[in-house]
Amino acid sequence: MSVLVDKNTRLAVQGLTGREGSFHTQQMVAYGTKVVAGITPGKGGTLHEGVPVFNTVTEAIEKEGANATVIFVPPAFAADAIMEAASADIPLIVCITEGIPTLDMVRAMTFLSRSKSRLIGPNCPGIISPGKCKIGIMPGSVFKEGNVGAVSRSGTLTYEGVWQLTARGLGQSTCMGIGGDPVIGTNFIDALELFNRDPGTQAVVVMGEIGGTAEEEAARYIKENMNKPVVGFVAGQTAPPGRRMGHAGAIIAGGKGTAAEKIAAMKECGLHVVTSPADIGEAVAQVMRERKR
Amino acid sequence: MKIHEYQAKKVLAQFGVPIPRGDVAKDPYEAYEIARRLGGTVVVKAQIHAGGRGKAGGIKLAGTPEQAEEIARGMIGMTLITHQTGPEGRQVRTLLIEEGLRIKKEFYIGIVIDRSRQRPVLMASPAGGMEIEKVAAETPNLIFKEFIDPAVGFQAFQARGLAFRLGLTGDLLAPATKIMAALYRAFEATDASLVEINPFLLTEDGRLFALDAKLNLDDNALYRHQDLVQLRDFHEEDPLEIQASRYGINYIRLDGNIGCMVNGAGLAMATMDIIKLAGGSPANFLDVGGGASAEQVRNAFQILLADRKVRAVLINIFGGIMRCDVVARGVVEAAKAVGIDIPVVVRLEGTNVEQGQEILRSSGLRFAVATGMKDAAEQAVALAKS
Repeated sequence: MSVLVDKNTRLAVQGLTGREGSFHTQQMVAYGTKVVAGITPGKGGTLHEGVPVFNTVTEAIEKEGANATVIFVPPAFAADAIMEAASADIPLIVCITEGIPTLDMVRAMTFLSRSKSRLIGPNCPGIISPGKCKIGIMPGSVFKEGNVGAVSRSGTLTYEGVWQLTARGLGQSTCMGIGGDPVIGTNFIDALELFNRDPGTQAVVVMGEIGGTAEEEAARYIKENMNKPVVGFVAGQTAPPGRRMGHAGAIIAGGKGTAAEKIAAMKECGLHVVTSPADIGEAVAQVMRERKR
Repeated sequence: MKIHEYQAKKVLAQFGVPIPRGDVAKDPYEAYEIARRLGGTVVVKAQIHAGGRGKAGGIKLAGTPEQAEEIARGMIGMTLITHQTGPEGRQVRTLLIEEGLRIKKEFYIGIVIDRSRQRPVLMASPAGGMEIEKVAAETPNLIFKEFIDPAVGFQAFQARGLAFRLGLTGDLLAPATKIMAALYRAFEATDASLVEINPFLLTEDGRLFALDAKLNLDDNALYRHQDLVQLRDFHEEDPLEIQASRYGINYIRLDGNIGCMVNGAGLAMATMDIIKLAGGSPANFLDVGGGASAEQVRNAFQILLADRKVRAVLINIFGGIMRCDVVARGVVEAAKAVGIDIPVVVRLEGTNVEQGQEILRSSGLRFAVATGMKDAAEQAVALAKS
C-alpha cells in the first residue's frame, strides 16, 4: 500500500514544455507514472514529449481526467500556478519550484484553505510510491517497494536516508519531500496522519532540519496519536545561528529552531532518534526487527 | 538580505513611520556638520549589520558638534565586536547622527511570518529596548500578538487592541495605530522577512518615533525590488560568500578546517554534523546544487581552497539522476583544472557508484575514496589532523 499516489494517479505537468518540465516528465514516464496532460498557457492543442498540452489546469482535468499535478514553473509564477490548480480542486498539487517569495506562499496558502486540493512543497523533490508512481525529481532507482514511510524537508538527504533503507532490503510504501521553505503545504503531521492510517506502512522515518518548530509539533503528534514506530533525524546540529543553510526555511532565528531543541522533543516523545545521518537505515532496520518479534 | 539601520529608517519613513531627524556621516567632519545642523544633543550610531551596538561602544551621545566630531573620529574605522558579530567583529564605515530625544517610555513593535500559522504576526511589547527573544523567554506575557489575514491585511481593530494593551491611549491612540498600519504596509510592500522597531519610543513631549529599526528582506523576492537590492552592503559580507553567491553556490563560512562540498542543503548540513561526530570541525557549509555539474564542482573547489584554514576537503555527492560516473568525471576534471595540494576525500553514493569510484581511483590524483558518510568523515578528520 501507499499514500496519496499510486497506479491510479493521472498526472498533469504544469510547465511541461520548459527544460526542467520536459526532462523530468521523461524520467517520470520512464518510471511508469501516468502523465496524461501538460499545461503551458498559449501552447494548448499541441503535443510535447508525446503528452497533450492544454492552456489551463481545468481543461487537463476535464479532457484527460488528471487527478494530480506537478509544478515546474519559475518562482515568480509558481504561486499563481498553485492557485490555478487549487481553484480547479485537483486532489493533489506537488510544487517542485525553489525560490518562491514567502509572502506569495502566504497568500497561496490562504487561497488553498478554501480549496479541496492538497499541496506538497514547494521547494521539494516530490512524492513517490515505489514501483507505482513517481511525481517529482527524485532518482527512481534509489527507491524500492515496501513498508516504510519516509517524510523529509530535504531532497538529497531523503535519497541518502532511503538509499540506506533500500541497501538493507527495506522497501518503502511512500516517500514524501515536504520542502525546505518556511511556508509549505503538507507538513510533517499531515504526512504522519496519512502513514498512520495506511495499512501498508509499518514504520516511518522523519528527516527534519533546523528552523521553525515543525519537528517539535510532529513529535507531540507522534506521542499522542502514532501507533507505528518512528525514527527521527534532524540535520543542522552544527549550523550557526542566524544563517540560512541553503533552504529558505533552514534558519535558527532568535535562538529558536535549533537541532538540539528538536532532538530533545523527539526523544521526549518516544521517537527513535539517530544523531548520525549514517545510522538512519540501521535504526529503521532495528525497529522493523523489533516489530516482527 | 539585511540592510543598515539608516536605510531601514528611510524605507519605513516612506510608509509614514516617524523617525528622528538625522543624517549619515562617512567622516568626522560630516558628523560635525550634521550635529551642528541638528543642534543640541545628538546620538552617534555606528552602522553595522548586527545588534548589541550600545554595549559594545557603537552608540554614543554628543553634547556639542565638536564632541560629535571627536566621537566619530574614534568610531569610524573601529572594529565593533558585539554578541551578534562573532569574535572577528565588524568594521564601522558609516555613522548615523540623530537628534537626541527625551525618553518617556520604550516599546517594541515588529512583524515576522509565523511559520506554524503561515501568516504574518504583528508583535507588540511594553518591554522595549530589550531583545525581543529575551522578552519572549523571560516574560512571554509581555508580548502581545495579532495575526494578520493576508487576504484583507492588518485591520484597524487589531491595531487598537495592541495600542490599548501597550497603554497607548488618549491622544496617543491615533498615532500609535497609524504607525502599526504603516509598519505592515512596509512589511508587505518590501517583501520583508522581518521588520522591527525597537525601541519604539514615546518622548516626554508625547511623540512616537522609531528610535531603532531593522528590516530584513526575503531573498526570494528581491527580483521584484530592484531599488532595495541597491541597499546591499558588500562590506558586511564575507568575500568568499559573495564570490560563491555569484556562482549560484550556497556557501557559508565556518570556523573549522575540513572543507565540505555536498549536493543538496539537507545532506550538506548532515555532512557537517557527521564531521563533528567524527571529532572534526567543518570549515563551511557548501551546497553545490542537486546536479553537481563539473563546472559547479570546479567553482566550489576554488572557493574551498581560497579558505586558508582548510586542511582537507570532503566531497559528499549523492548521485541520483546525475549518475555517480558523471559526477566522478566532473570531480576529476575540476581537481586537475584547479590544482589541489591538500587531501581530498570523496564519497559517492547512488546510481553507478562502482564506475564512479573506479574513475576516481584511476585518475592519477590522490583521492581518498570513502564508502559511506561515516567512513568519509573519519578519513577527512584523520587527514586534516596529519
